[in-house]
Amino acid sequence: MSGHDHHDIKASVRRYVLVFVALIVGTVLTVGAYYIHLPSVALTVAVAMFIASVKAFLVAGFFMHLISEKKMIYGILASTAFFFTGLMYLTVWAHGQAPPGTVYLGASPAASQSEAAHKAQH
Amino acid sequence: MDIPYVVHPRPDTGLYNAKLGIWLFLASEVMLFGALFSSYILLRIGAPAGTWPHGLLNIPIGTVNTLVLITSSITVVLAWASLKLNQFDRFKKFQAATLILALMFVGIKSFEYHDKFTHYEVVMMDGNVADGHLVEKTDEHVTLKHVQVFPLGEGNAWDHQGEHKEELRIERSQIKKMENYGPWHNTYLAIYFTLTALHALHVIGGAIVIGYLWGPGSKMWKTDPERFTNRIEVSGLFWHFVDLVWIFLFPVLYLL
Repeated sequence: MSGHDHHDIKASVRRYVLVFVALIVGTVLTVGAYYIHLPSVALTVAVAMFIASVKAFLVAGFFMHLISEKKMIYGILASTAFFFTGLMYLTVWAHGQAPPGTVYLGASPAASQSEAAHKAQH
Repeated sequence: MDIPYVVHPRPDTGLYNAKLGIWLFLASEVMLFGALFSSYILLRIGAPAGTWPHGLLNIPIGTVNTLVLITSSITVVLAWASLKLNQFDRFKKFQAATLILALMFVGIKSFEYHDKFTHYEVVMMDGNVADGHLVEKTDEHVTLKHVQVFPLGEGNAWDHQGEHKEELRIERSQIKKMENYGPWHNTYLAIYFTLTALHALHVIGGAIVIGYLWGPGSKMWKTDPERFTNRIEVSGLFWHFVDLVWIFLFPVLYLL
């Protein structure tokens, strides 16, 4: 291995340590956001998922070297992302196709039934 | 005939065989966990208001386990970097740390599982529910500690409702139904155990591979160091994926 490669690896090690510190901070922030009780459930979910996504980007980008990977890997991951998105869309679609009378989280049974009746009419 | 591209990358793709293989495998793993995550979302949004449990899991313990897994991720990548720098002794130390952290993760998870399997909900003949941790179970009676007692259908344990008792002895004749907090107890615990047990199996599987490459498999460093370094990179990619899954599992199951 050349001296230049050694220099690159040593620079990468410093980057790994920074990423590690960022992951620890991200974990502390996620738990902290839970304990300060944000004003709405939607905001709590959004904050937790945003921090998790940043942490996932750091792990995938730097520890798994996706920041500087070959095109074929990006191709594989693009097709995975396509099918993963489709899978999640199926979930949303299935939720929209729930039978009449289904009670949704945060909604009263009456509201849910009227929503289902509205869907049945259209 | 030798198999081509086991060490050096194929010129057109820039990848050696194992690296292409592990990424294809990880793509299939994304779909596996994706299916279970979508099941979780469907169960969660389909649950009637107020019925999805909160606070059943111990957040400080889950946080510690998250930190353990994150730390193991950096030891894995530093082990690979050590081989790139021709420092085999440092590689051995970092991977030994990874194995200890993997054992810690599984140990802590087992402790959490044990806590759930000894946590009981007892429906009594008088129409009350006693919810607490098992102290003793005999043919004549059941004793629970840190118990909450509340009327059936008028509360739940995770809201800390009802009367609190340090210890409660219940005669068997007074018990109508008794069930622990295993995966059969409710939908939340079913998806919790499915997701975390599958993840824990991945941790164990990854630890076995890392352990082999740390022990007997490390002989290859003397004969074919480049190929050995590639093997460490590939096992590391799997390990980081396991960390990646936990990054989403922790907030979804423990905090939301």
